[in-house]
Amino acid sequence: MLSKRIIPCLDVRDGRLTKGVKFKGNVDIGDPVDMAKFYSDEGADELVFYDITASSEGRGIMLRVVEEVASKTFIPFSVGGGIRNVADMRAVLLAGAEKISVNSAAVRAPEIISQGAAAFGSQCVVVGMDVLKVPVTLEIPSGYEVVIHGGRTPTGMDALAWARRAQELGAGEICLNSIDADGTKEGYELTLTRLIAESVSIPVIASGGAGKPEHMADALTQGLASAALIASIVHYGEYTIRGIKDILANQGIKVRQVW
Amino acid sequence: MLAILDYEAGNQTSVRRALDFLDIPCTITAEPNALLQADGVIFPGVGAAGQAMAELGDKGLDAVLKEVVRTGKPLLGICVGCQILLDYSEENDTKTLAILPGECRRFDPSWKDEDGRNLIIPHMGWNGLRRKQECVLLGNVPDEAEFYFVHSYFPVPSPELVLATTFYGQEFASLFGRPGLWATQFHPEKSGRPGLTLLANFHAHCKEATHAQ
Repeated sequence: MLSKRIIPCLDVRDGRLTKGVKFKGNVDIGDPVDMAKFYSDEGADELVFYDITASSEGRGIMLRVVEEVASKTFIPFSVGGGIRNVADMRAVLLAGAEKISVNSAAVRAPEIISQGAAAFGSQCVVVGMDVLKVPVTLEIPSGYEVVIHGGRTPTGMDALAWARRAQELGAGEICLNSIDADGTKEGYELTLTRLIAESVSIPVIASGGAGKPEHMADALTQGLASAALIASIVHYGEYTIRGIKDILANQGIKVRQVW
Repeated sequence: MLAILDYEAGNQTSVRRALDFLDIPCTITAEPNALLQADGVIFPGVGAAGQAMAELGDKGLDAVLKEVVRTGKPLLGICVGCQILLDYSEENDTKTLAILPGECRRFDPSWKDEDGRNLIIPHMGWNGLRRKQECVLLGNVPDEAEFYFVHSYFPVPSPELVLATTFYGQEFASLFGRPGLWATQFHPEKSGRPGLTLLANFHAHCKEATHAQ
């Protein structure tokens, strides 16, 4: 029986983690490679790296980080941020990532999804969506709008329509981030998560709002998500991945417990 | 020395990184002699069956693989490299290598998961194994260990070859073969410690087999 996945998300700028991660011991808390190894040993099912580097020099550093992660951890991971074309995708995949994630670039030029799927297979292409709750209109009948640039720029696109389109274009997975819930630690946006998960036949990763394991349980059951993305609740040492998985398993949710 | 078969459709570098981590000497190669002289061959794969067969055929590697098996050299096929050891794949309606009897079918989206919902395809993520026969590859691997899968088609080998099964919509063979000729639908190179253990077990078998000759 397929396990639900728990996926820590790491933001990287110029090869270093951007959020202060509060761990003690032999882990360099600023080093994405060390953190990847730490989370892999702790039982993370997958990892996501978001590269928020702007410079081309920083992009080169990120590729070296990807190579090093792939040489030291042996679980799947994806890389997002700054991927604009098939050449960018190829560089990241060759460096050792399993998947690449496209977000703003796919909104601007959706063909990057089909090009990526044709070149590397749908399973490599994750479409990241940042979504904001808005009044229902003719243009946005679901009441959820796709936004880009970290939530600052509205696109006028309906989130549900965009999710379906992304699937048609060949996306293998959708990482669905609620801007409303993000950072609140009050739980995932369950209505949105369920709406999208029910409307596509590819896996949906819930993102934004996790404050405690019960929130993840809700996203994986009521929200119908295949995976839950987490950041601060593990980065700051409040919970361990093993502890989270124990709680989820106690609620009857199938998670990987031996690694 | 293990040889990782080099062909365009594969994910050979992930396998190489895992073997490097285990300090297992290996080379990525499409040279027939290097493949035939290695202690064992790993045949990795992602991509589609049709494309993989075309790549193999163009380079004459289909014949080399058959020769590897004929000479009794250990072979491990992974994912698409597992599927195309069989006779036929529904993917691209492809005649495959026919090294082991069986075929490869597509997951049916009308099948249900445990929650009664339509199956999400591909089968992507971590799933367990139910062991059907003793297999040295699973030595020191805990029974509850899970492995990483990503595939839309699943192997249906001849029943006596089934070593372990996995449930996704229905039970399918996730590990099959016979001693020295194995196929895993999952990706050991991306399955954390249990996967690394499986690769180390394969290497140990290869060394013993070479030594015995």
